[in-house]
Amino acid sequence: MEPIPYPDSYLRSILERTRVIAMVGASTNIRRPSYFAFKYLRERGYRVIPVNPPAAGTDLLGETVMADLESIDVPVDMVDVFRRSEEALAITESAIRIGAKTVWMQLGIRNDDAAARAKAAGLDVVMNRCPKIEYGRLYGELGWGGINSGLFSNRRRPLRSRTKLT
Amino acid sequence: MSDSDTPREFGFETRAVHAGAAPDPHTGARTTPIFQSVGFVFDDVDHAQSLFNLQDFGFIYGRITNPTVSVLEERVANLEGGRGAVACASGHAAQQLALYPLMESGDEIVASRYLYGGSITQFTHTFRRFGWQVTFVDPADEAAVRAAITDRTKCLFVESLANPGGIIVDVERMADIAHEHGIPLVVDNTLATPWLHRPFDYGADIVVHSLTKFMGGHGNSLGGVIVESGKFDWFASGRFPSMTEPTPSYHGLRFAETFGDFGYTMKVRADALRDLGPALSPQNAFYILTGIETLPIRMERHVANAQAVAEHLEQHPAVAWVSYAGLPSSPYAELAAKYFPKGPGAVFTFGVRGGYDAGVQLVENVQIFSHLANIGDTRSLIIHPASTTHNQLTDEQKIAAGAGPDVVRLSVGLETASDLIHDLDQALGNG
Repeated sequence: MEPIPYPDSYLRSILERTRVIAMVGASTNIRRPSYFAFKYLRERGYRVIPVNPPAAGTDLLGETVMADLESIDVPVDMVDVFRRSEEALAITESAIRIGAKTVWMQLGIRNDDAAARAKAAGLDVVMNRCPKIEYGRLYGELGWGGINSGLFSNRRRPLRSRTKLT
Repeated sequence: MSDSDTPREFGFETRAVHAGAAPDPHTGARTTPIFQSVGFVFDDVDHAQSLFNLQDFGFIYGRITNPTVSVLEERVANLEGGRGAVACASGHAAQQLALYPLMESGDEIVASRYLYGGSITQFTHTFRRFGWQVTFVDPADEAAVRAAITDRTKCLFVESLANPGGIIVDVERMADIAHEHGIPLVVDNTLATPWLHRPFDYGADIVVHSLTKFMGGHGNSLGGVIVESGKFDWFASGRFPSMTEPTPSYHGLRFAETFGDFGYTMKVRADALRDLGPALSPQNAFYILTGIETLPIRMERHVANAQAVAEHLEQHPAVAWVSYAGLPSSPYAELAAKYFPKGPGAVFTFGVRGGYDAGVQLVENVQIFSHLANIGDTRSLIIHPASTTHNQLTDEQKIAAGAGPDVVRLSVGLETASDLIHDLDQALGNG
């Protein structure tokens, strides 16, 4: 899938205003990419609420897994879609319903109908990207692994420290 | 130039100086510091576990990552137009690490027969002992390339500008053939450097370098690198379970799924570099980074000097032939115009009249050129491949690799061109 270009300022503004992320498709299996992203984003200070119907009611690192977005009882800023592209439209409808400001579809996930629907409802949309990878890239961590971040700076970039969770 | 939100694409020279680097977050040090530390502390056990499981970004141990080395990696990835890179101890290590994630015992490589002699030896003898079978082909013979690819072939491997000299491979054609068969094209871009030629622009999937040569450029540090374009579709290919199936040593992680377009880079680092071990020292990374900052201006002079020396030698009575793609007489002049508009490098070969003995005499008579086994130094270098770098090849292989008994190889440095010409003239005599 061809990467979709998004300005760094757009991605950065989403990541900086977001506090609560609902992760649809968060896996309780520690081998799955969604678990990697879930754990990482929590450690960067986000509250990440897992949504995964078959695992509903179980505990994931102290968060109760929810059956659907509508069951979440706090305001959600961003819905992170870890489900197949064809499921993204229904998830986007739910995201609009619960007042989320952003729909973010993971690497390999793209649904232009869902994107159009979200934009029409005033939401920001990102597709075929991973918020963990973009956070790591924009705040100077991804380059530690030799990845081309595309960042240039003549200023000190203060490190964002990892948040210790209890 | 604060943190970029700009759509501006910086030029190559700007990127050669800045890509991957930023002032040190703690001290403001402007030059990338040499982080001469083997270990890096964990915040707590959970942090350590996240790092070991590749769930977080960060440093663990110097065999896998180092903050000085990672600046070099990002810089080379950027200059090649790639997604990510892994640096290692030498160009030979880079070839091994690049192939390791692709190959199982019994798998095959189809390689250009125009490779550096040391690479032919590495592929033929050492890789064979891993169970990797190598078939060498003439990359200009498309039918032969196609015929050599079997169900077990896992990559096509070429040098964009072949060592010891004068041969240019049609990278775009090679990429098309590789992709028809669902395999990646791996290009050794050492002699070209990304300033002269960028294989990813023509469809290559993986680029390797000996950074020891023009990239570092000063003959003071060994190093190698593997760069990934990020465009090869491992799932569509279906030939690479190591990329798409669960990896037992990482709790069943699938690299191409978890890391997307830099899955191969992660696999090279986390599997190949971690377990085979040829890490680059931060000290060497620092020297190579410093060298890369001047890559564009050095390459301009290298190429201009090489062109002047090649043109002179072509007229010299003691010289039988010159194999430099910058000469109109070269059979590669057309490919040079397409792939090397800034000039086809600064390493080439020529034939001395009088064969093996005349070659030996020349390398012993020069006074500025240094007789040694390296290329891509500020200093001009000369060698007689048949008696040195290509000595371990059979006579047939020597001739096939362009290293017959009369062949002399030059790596033209940054000295005054007329001094280099004068030196060769006095050493060649009047023929």
